[in-house]
Order: sequence, then C-alpha cells, then structure tokens
Amino acid sequence: MAIFQKKRRNILPGFGLSMGYTVFYLSAVVIVPLSMIFFNAIPMGWEPFLSAVTAPRVLASYKLSFSTAFFAALFDAVAGLLTAWVLVRYRFPGRAVLDALVDIPFALPTAVAGICFATLYSPIGWLGDITTKWNIEVINSPTGIVIALIFIGFPFVVRTLQPVLEELEPEIEESAHCLGATRMQTFRKILLPHLFPALLTGSTLAFARGIGEYGSVIFIAGNLPMKTEIAPLMIMSKLDQYDYNGASAVALVLLVISFSMILLLNAVQEWQQNEYR
Amino acid sequence: MGIELQNITKKFTGYTALDNISLNIASGELIALLGPSGCGKTTLLRIIAGLETADSGKIILEGKDTTNLPPREKNVGFVFQHYALFRRLNVYENVAFGLKVLPRSKRPSKSEIKDRVEHLLKLVQMDWALKRYPSQLSGGQRQRVALARALAVNPRVLLLDEPFSALDAKVRQELRRWLRKLHDEIHVTSIFVTHDQEEALELADRIVVINKGNIEQLGTPQEVYDHPANAFVYNFLGNVNVFHGRVHEGMVTLGGHTVDAPDELKSTAGTTSQTFVRPHEIGISKIKSEGNDLAGTVREIRLLGGQIGLNIDCEGFEQPIDAEIPRELYLNLQIKKGDTVFVTFNKVKVFTDDYAI
Repeated sequence: MAIFQKKRRNILPGFGLSMGYTVFYLSAVVIVPLSMIFFNAIPMGWEPFLSAVTAPRVLASYKLSFSTAFFAALFDAVAGLLTAWVLVRYRFPGRAVLDALVDIPFALPTAVAGICFATLYSPIGWLGDITTKWNIEVINSPTGIVIALIFIGFPFVVRTLQPVLEELEPEIEESAHCLGATRMQTFRKILLPHLFPALLTGSTLAFARGIGEYGSVIFIAGNLPMKTEIAPLMIMSKLDQYDYNGASAVALVLLVISFSMILLLNAVQEWQQNEYR
Repeated sequence: MGIELQNITKKFTGYTALDNISLNIASGELIALLGPSGCGKTTLLRIIAGLETADSGKIILEGKDTTNLPPREKNVGFVFQHYALFRRLNVYENVAFGLKVLPRSKRPSKSEIKDRVEHLLKLVQMDWALKRYPSQLSGGQRQRVALARALAVNPRVLLLDEPFSALDAKVRQELRRWLRKLHDEIHVTSIFVTHDQEEALELADRIVVINKGNIEQLGTPQEVYDHPANAFVYNFLGNVNVFHGRVHEGMVTLGGHTVDAPDELKSTAGTTSQTFVRPHEIGISKIKSEGNDLAGTVREIRLLGGQIGLNIDCEGFEQPIDAEIPRELYLNLQIKKGDTVFVTFNKVKVFTDDYAI
C-alpha cells in the first residue's frame, strides 16, 4: 500500500522504467563482469588463495600501486586546483586551447602516453638527460610511475573542480578582503573549505584511476620484480602463465581495497555536505 | 568629515563610468546614491571600498587618505546585493570572521569576540540563529547577518550595494525602516546605492542623484523631490506626465492647452520646453469650472491601494494623461470608464530644452 501511495505522489514520470533500466545497466556492465572475479577466485579454496595474494612479489606490487597512486593523486590535487582556478577566474588569449588540453589524458590511448614518457625520460631523452645529471632516477623507478599517474589523473581533478569554482562568486572573496583577511587567510578559511568536497572527489577519482592504470605505467616502470611491478602487471603476468585463479585472487583483493576506499571517501563527503545544509 | 571624494574619474573601455566626481559626506550621515542602472553608482561605491581603483582622484575616509590602500586596510564595511555570506561558516562564525583574522596583537580575546558578536546579532535581531548556516536563512535574515558581519570590525564607513533589491517587496519595506532605526542608534557614516527612488527618499539623510557618471543633484529628500535641479532628476524621482511644448509670452502650451509659465521663465520667449506634472498633482472633477479646465475621457481605472489611477484621453494631447486621486474622491465622483471628466494641473514644472534629459 505504502509503495502505491509513494508512486502516486511522485511528479517525475517514468520512475519504474528508468529505475529498471538503471539496475539492468549496472548489472550488465558492472556487477556481472566483476562477479566473474569472485567465481574465478572461489574454487581455488582458502589456502591457495591466501598464498597467492600474500606472495612477497604480490604484496610489494600492492604497496607500490597504492603508494604511487596516492602520491600522484596528492600532486594532482594541488596542480589541478591551480589549473582549474586559472581557467575559471581569468580570461586570456588561448584559454580555450588550454582548456581542451586538459582533456588529452582522457582521450589519449594510455600506451601512447607510456611511450612518450619512456622516450622523454630515457637517459638520452630531453628530460632524462637532465634527471640523469642530477642523479634522479625516473625511468625504472617508482618516481617514473608517479609521473605517469599524475598525467593520467590530472583531468579528473580539474574537471570536478571547475563547476564548483564557477559557482563561487567573486563577492565572497571581496567580502573577506573587506573584512581584513589576507589572501592566505581568505584561501585557507573560506575558499579551501568550500572547494574541499570537490577536491576530494577529484583526487579520489584520480587515485582510483591510478590504481588501475596499466598501459602508461609499464613502459616507464621497467617492471623489476619486488621493485617496480604494479599490481595490474602482476595480474597480467599470472594470466600469461595461464594461472587464471591466481590472477583472479590478486584482482579480487585489488577490487575490494579500491571499492572500500571509494566508499569511505564518499561517506566522508556525504558527512561534509550534510553539515552545511 | 566622514567621507571626502575629490575628483574621482574612472574610465572603462568605450565609456566614462565616473566623470570627475567630488562629494563631501559628514560623519554619521546616511547617504543614498540614486541613479538608473549603469550610471556608475556601484562603481563609485566599489572605488570607495578599494574593490576597484579610480583612474584619478582622492578618497579621504575620516580624515585619512585611503586612495591607494587595498580593501583590507581601508576598514570599510561592505554589504553586497546578494549577501556574499560564507556558506561553510555558521552565523556566529560569519560575524566573527573579521575579528578572527586580525593580527594576533590586535585580535580581541575569545570572550571579547563572543560578546561583540552576540551584541551585534542582538542588534540585527538574529541572536536566535547563532548556529544556523546561511542556507537555512531567508534573504532578509541573510542580509541582516551580512550587516552584522560588516559592522563587527568597527568600520570607518559602511557601504551598502543595493542591499534590499534581491528581497521581496514586503521584506524590503520592513528592512528599510529597520535600517533607518539602526542607523539612528549607531551613527556610522553610511552610503547605500539604490535605483529605487522610494527607498532613497524614505531612508536617506541626503540623496546624490547620479546619471551617466555625473552628479545631477545633491540634497535632502525634500529638496530633491520638491526642487529638482533638472528634467532628469524630476523624471527619475517618481511617476510623471511629460508634455512637449513651447514657452511663449509667459504661457506654456501643452498640446492644445496652455498654462501659466513659472516666474523664472516668464520673460523667455519662443523656446521649446518640457512640462512635467506628477499624477497626484492633477485635479479631477466632473463639473467644468472656470477657465482652464481640460475635458477628457476616462480610458482606464486602476486600483493602486489607497490611490486610484486614472488614464485619461484629452483632446489635443497625443499621450493619455496619468492621474492619481484619493479613493474617497473617486467614490464620491462615481467615475466610470468612458466618463467625461475635467482635468486641472495643480502644479507644473517646466524645463526649457537646454536642460536635456
């Protein structure tokens, strides 16, 4: 009875149909494919599963994937905020071009990006020349992976921040200045709290993308066991050895960790938003 | 002297927003900058606050030359049209903001800040909403909080940029009276910008009428309303009938009708003129009396609250004449659409055309 009443009161038409479509779509595109990982991993039993996911090489790859994705997301948060700010607040010639450039990492095949970075930072590449001189290891090192992931995650931060910045009236800053706040105080006490939820969303997306990134990383990482093997690469190499169960086990752990992190960050955001409504 | 503006000029590409404006405002005065949109009034206010810079000229606030100071050193309170409250801070934190950002040496103690904020919120009648966020308040309430926030830093002057224009009519009226009362209590030198002549007339000690970057007139509401300096001011300060005609031998012709010219124009001969008559300065009767009465047909009757608006077609006039008469007179005369009535101009204001609008 209650359901019927609710239905009658809903002004927007087509709830049943669109909800049904949404559930079907999510099932077909996300849930069913991902459930294959469970069904592939379950038959192997608890013991082999544990030994597959706690192998030192696998553990090292998890650590590397999560830490590089984290640092890349952190860097993107700062650089993305700056870029979004410039694109929204200032009008200058070439702004449209700059705005379009932000999307390149979305559009480019990741392998292309990987080759670009590998060439750029190779000991004879333009930047590799300099980094070698300064004794900074980029290629075949976690630093290189972070650089590739920064590139991949960058547009997520910019694109989530832009609309929020656009709706933030300049009057807010002006009134803070009139009240005697310095630029730093205005940024810290007024702007940053306002932008924080969007910044968190953007960086979470960049982070999640970074964990799963494969194509652009493997070219620059060098893939040294225990040192520069990322988790997706571990899955690939297990598949190469026809170890489907092992690959699924590694994938399952990756999936569970990523999903719970995203869930947690969403919860933090929800809580943040509700406080001000 | 509260505020001294000397020869302020500001040009934007293509037009002059402010053309050599000079203005003296006494301490504790409440001044209205009145003008049509785009006349430069908001630009002038923003220049005083330091949010824009003038191309030339000087701004002296309470005896201190602040022309080149950034906004945060000017110590002015600014109230924005759309409130500009900090959405992520609650009412208390909004008002306390200006005190909390003071350098440590000048910052009051926590309990002093608390006392001051609570006092101000009581003053603006918002002390019940300390913990609310701006999104939980109505427009009028937000504007009061914005006012308390601006007053918290003890500003030299208070500047209000169309503070009530985003509010609905009833709230606007209330806040207007309330602001006048508040100003009588705290006496901070204040300037508010408005395009609403009623607001300016009701609220201000003195009105500055601005048009196209120039000051047209400066005076008390009474002076400006009763003795407008020129056609623009007259026209802007309320509803008005405009008749184009000629001044000739001490008489002014309007359409097919003539009235006595005002004394200062008696000797003027043969100049084209504009004659203004306010709707409420028109007399209506159903019986033709001596001499000058003008016959017309009532075309439209509008209810304007206490007044009744009549739209009358008169012979020899291209435009219908707008008249406003008290409701009682309207009921006594039993005027209906299509009736013939006789019109008298009780008060006319004539400007010869060298006062261009």
